[in-house]
Amino acid sequence: MARVLINVPAQAKRGEIIEIKTLIAHPMETGYRLGPTGAAIPRDIINRFTCSYNGEEVFRAEFFPAIAANPFIAFFTVATESGQIVFSWTDDHGETQTEIRQITVE
Amino acid sequence: MDERSPGPPTRRLVLFTTAGLGLAAFTRPAAATPAAMDEAIRALVASAMVKPGRVKLELPPIVENGNTVPLTVTVDSPMSETDYVAGIHIFNEKNPQPYVAAFDLGPRAGKAVVSIRIRLADSQQVVAIARLNDGSFWSDSADVVVTLAACAEG
Repeated sequence: MARVLINVPAQAKRGEIIEIKTLIAHPMETGYRLGPTGAAIPRDIINRFTCSYNGEEVFRAEFFPAIAANPFIAFFTVATESGQIVFSWTDDHGETQTEIRQITVE
Repeated sequence: MDERSPGPPTRRLVLFTTAGLGLAAFTRPAAATPAAMDEAIRALVASAMVKPGRVKLELPPIVENGNTVPLTVTVDSPMSETDYVAGIHIFNEKNPQPYVAAFDLGPRAGKAVVSIRIRLADSQQVVAIARLNDGSFWSDSADVVVTLAACAEG
């Protein structure tokens, strides 16, 4: 499991536009670098990120090797109701890491 | 036998051709070209016009370290149910691949603003394209000078 930093406000007013910031520890190996033997280091990146709010997908990103290591994403969403915000990152091997944060909307 | 008569390839010809092939194979992965970026953008927008405006692409004009370059795209949109930004796409000219990232969003975003950190292999132009729900495309571009290029250390 990679280390993850997620910044979501714990509380928000109904209809408020909130900023979400996420960062995941990952080398984002481009596939263009050469290893010590001169052979290319195989590509290994996170190619997809999704964010769902109470089951509804509100944001999705597709990444290419030009994304820096430890990919950071900041985006906005509308706080509609209390519940769960689910984040998931999928890498080139098809492995997905999922994190959940709770939000209380008044 | 006449020098210019067609026939089996001469030794000189074989040497020249193989040298050329070797050079082509060596230079191929070096960089996408502005033409490759145009092609990637064309593949996204198909026959639609890409209009300048509504999009603001923010990048530092001079970057010391191309391995991590902060980038923010802001699209001027009410993000209502009937008028919203459906996607944001980021392209570059000179990295090995022209595509940087693509984002899907919708009226639930509230604000069409996305920030990420990217890699830049060389001083170049970066282009952001916004796809609106009415099918129109808007763009902005930024020129960046990179001091230490990403991928340079090999």
